[in-house]
Formats: sequence, structure tokens, C-alpha cells
Amino acid sequence: MTIQDIRKQFPALSAEVYGRQLVYFDNAATSQRLDTVLKMQDEWARTANANIHRAVHHLADQATEHYETAREAVREFIGAESTSEIIFTSGTTASINLVAYSFCEAFVGEGDNVIVSAAEHHSNLVPWQQHCLRKSAQLRFIPVLDDGRLDIKALDKLIDDRTKILAVTQVSNVLGIVNPIDEIVRICHSKGVPVLVDGAQGIVHCGIDVRKTDCDFYAFSGHKMYAATGTGVLYGKKEYLEKMPPFLFGGEMVGNVSLEQTTFAPLPMKFEAGTQNFIGQTSFIQAIEFMRSLEDEELAAECRAVEQAMRNILTENPRIRLYGTAEPKIPVFSFSVDGLHHEDLALLLDKMGVAVRSGQMCAEPLMDRFGVTGMLRVSLAPYNTLEEVEIFGKALEKAMDMLS
Amino acid sequence: MNKSLKEVEEDIIEEFAEFDEWLDKYEYIIDLGKSLASYPEDKKTDEYLIKGCQSRVWLDAKMENGVLVFNADSDAIITKGIISLLIRIYSGRTPEEILSSDFSVVEKIGLKENLSPTRANGLVSMIQTMKKLASENC
Repeated sequence: MTIQDIRKQFPALSAEVYGRQLVYFDNAATSQRLDTVLKMQDEWARTANANIHRAVHHLADQATEHYETAREAVREFIGAESTSEIIFTSGTTASINLVAYSFCEAFVGEGDNVIVSAAEHHSNLVPWQQHCLRKSAQLRFIPVLDDGRLDIKALDKLIDDRTKILAVTQVSNVLGIVNPIDEIVRICHSKGVPVLVDGAQGIVHCGIDVRKTDCDFYAFSGHKMYAATGTGVLYGKKEYLEKMPPFLFGGEMVGNVSLEQTTFAPLPMKFEAGTQNFIGQTSFIQAIEFMRSLEDEELAAECRAVEQAMRNILTENPRIRLYGTAEPKIPVFSFSVDGLHHEDLALLLDKMGVAVRSGQMCAEPLMDRFGVTGMLRVSLAPYNTLEEVEIFGKALEKAMDMLS
Repeated sequence: MNKSLKEVEEDIIEEFAEFDEWLDKYEYIIDLGKSLASYPEDKKTDEYLIKGCQSRVWLDAKMENGVLVFNADSDAIITKGIISLLIRIYSGRTPEEILSSDFSVVEKIGLKENLSPTRANGLVSMIQTMKKLASENC
């Protein structure tokens, strides 16, 4: 299989911007959507649109079956023991908010503490920060080293007998560095502390086996792994999910309801209040099938060459400063150019058809850590070609010339 | 006689109509940004800052003899270029004259993408601040 075979499966890649062929390098923000996903969404909206888990009519049965098939596909994909541990959400942010609220409600009190890293996406920082404030608990931070790695050694001092949970990203959305989550989980568990892993980037490039890693919670989105937007997953160990109160109320998350009180549905429905994005969530089936198809030697070699070409562009020019130089690293490269502003560069790249991310990338504390107001980021997907990297290289050079 | 706000807007739209190529247009904007009158360093403080996710914009506005005088700066050069156009149009005008403008000149010269409503776009906030000051001083 080749990159060209992959490209054919993504209709949006043939878009033109300002009369030029689009070069899409903002995959870490959202990947393009699979043709099979688009077709499924269209077909099921036309032929099998009915709310799930409620009615007894045929369409509702079909819709429920699709949705639950997707849940099983996700369970298998991440190696969870049971589908009752797979909760569908609107995305990683919703998954983390669910845990931050419900876990803190059940387990965190005044004087306790929660640990996150200083390299987190705002979505894995702000919920903890706010719920710690609400509970008068303390939020502690794993420092980030100059090469972008987390200072794991600090965990010994950070964890104490009031530490209730640690939340950390599998892969930094800015630096692309893969954190040693197996080791972090091991250290935390040796001290009785559960771990939530933000898998928004990690699921795409590294995958996860939640039982092997033994993390207690794992959160990810569909829209970064070629599925529909507004889709996401929270994996949680039953022992915690059962003790946590519901986050949202209403819809089919109930057992019995009287005017005075309510009992709640068993897992996973207890955490799926209201009408779910049932067609969207179903797209995990096509996305997972696609991601499995990527396990191909020929394709992997071609992708490595594209990645290396990008790395060369960003490391050979002394004016370009690449952040997060440690390994292992996924093809997410954040950089700045001496004396030039990220916004100017991003605007000019855009005019040349190249879509990159610029700014704080939802990680303001990490920008402060590296002493910048923003960065540029290029993030690759298996459909990005060597030719696109060359176009980017020339466009970047041109933009630098124009601004200097 | 000094040109009216409308006339300056029309001048700018005409100047930009001459560019066939985006490249020339942006080179011109970049030049404008580089030649924007210097902004006092002691006014690059949080008090004057319009913070955005992308570029930062500092705006110093004051009423002088019945007209609003704007002075502004940015850390990004393209934003600075657009600021220089906004100052050319709006600085030294009465609040009434400022409010008579529909503020669409940036779009009309084909730079709409610079006003995209990303989180706290500095330029968008600058225009809003200018409008707000004008209506407060009306």
C-alpha cells in the first residue's frame, strides 16, 4: 500500500485554496474525514435515522445496533475488558471534564491534591484546575525539561498520601513527544494513585492497550482519527466508574424516576445523558478499520521518508528553532523562526495553500515554559506526501524572505 | 483641504485594486507595517494591550480637540501593516465621522482572512475598541 492509496480515501484533500492545491498540515487539530465515514453518515441519516436505546421500532433497533457495534469496536481497539467501560462522549475535552467533575466529587476533598504535567493541552489542565479550586484541593505539576520530556523523577516528591489522581497526556499536542505513560502508571500505582491518560494525539500515532498500560482512564476523540467530529470516548475502569456520580442527568441514563428521586442506569449508560451523536459515534467502526489497514510495511517506510524530509527542513536552517527534540516523537513539529512572528508566517503559508497551525495551541503554560507567545506547528498524517513537504519547504522559505 | 474619512477609504480601496497578485499586496502590507510610525515603548503595557491568540496589539487612543487620535502597534508585521491603514483612515476624525464608517475596508481590499474570528483576534478587538471609544465620545 502507498500514500497515494491512502489519499484516495479522503475527499477533502483535493480541495483548492486560493486557486492552489491544498497542503493540509494541521492534522493534530483535526484530521480529514474518511470517505467511508462520510458515506456511512449520509446513508444512515437517510435510511436509518432513529434515536437509540429507546423505542421498539425497527429503525431504532438498527440505530442502536450500529451504535453498540461501534462501542464493541472501540473496546477491542483499545484492549478494554468490557463495553461497560467504554463511554461515548463528544470528544476528549468532554471525556476529561466528566472524570474531573465526577472523580473529584467522589474522591477529592479539601487539602487533597491532583497532579498534571506542565505540558498539558488546556483540556487536560483547566478542568482539573477548576475542580481543585472548587474542592479547595491543590494542583501540582510535573515539570517539562528543555528537550520537551517530562521530568518523571519529580514524581517521587510530587506524590504524597493526599494525592488522589494524576492526569497526563500520552503525547504532547505541541511537542509531539511520547511520554512514558507505562512508567508513570507504574510509579503512581505503586503509591495507590490512579492515572488518567489524555490520548487525543496518542491514539492516532501510538494506539493504546489499556490493560497492558493499566491506566485507569483513557480519553480520546474521533475527529483526530479520521472519524466524525463531535465524537469521543472515555475508557474508565469499572471500579472507579461505579463509584463516581453521574456528570449529566436526563435521557436514558436513569433506572427509575419518581418526582422525588432517581436511580441511575448501569454502566456505560449512566454517563451517557441525553441524545447521543449516534451516527457520528458509529464512524469509529470505519476509522478503526482504516487505522488497522495502516499497519503496512511499505506504507510505513514511505511515511518515515516524508517525516524525515520534514524534520530536515526544520533542523537544517539555523533560523528555525524546533521545540521538543527528544525521542520518541510523533510527526508533530512545533517551531519558531528567529525574529519573525508566527502569525505572519502562518498567514503567508496560507496564501500559498499550506495549512499549518499557529498560536498558543491550547497550551499557554507550555508557551510560557519556552518563553514564546506562540509557535507554528506542522502535523502530518499518513496521507501527506513528500511533494507536499517540498511545497511547504519552499513556501516557508518564501515567507521568511518576504518578512525579513 | 484634508480628505474625508470616506475619501481615504476609497483611496485605499483603489490602491489595492491595482494588485493582481496576492504576493504584491502582502509585500505592500509588510512594507506599511515596517514603516508604521514608532509607538512609545512605555505604552507597550497590559493597560494598552489587546491580547490575542495570534498577534498582540497595543492601542493608545485619546480625544484631542474634538477628534480621536489613535496610535497602535503589533508584534506581527502584517497586522501592523493593517493597523497603519486603520490609523490612516480613522485617526484624527470626530467620533461621528468614525461611526459613519461601516468598517468594511479591510474586507474590501481582500484581507478578510486577517479578521477571522479566531480566539481574540487582535485586529478585530482593535476595531471594536475604536468603535466603542467613538460612541462613548459622541
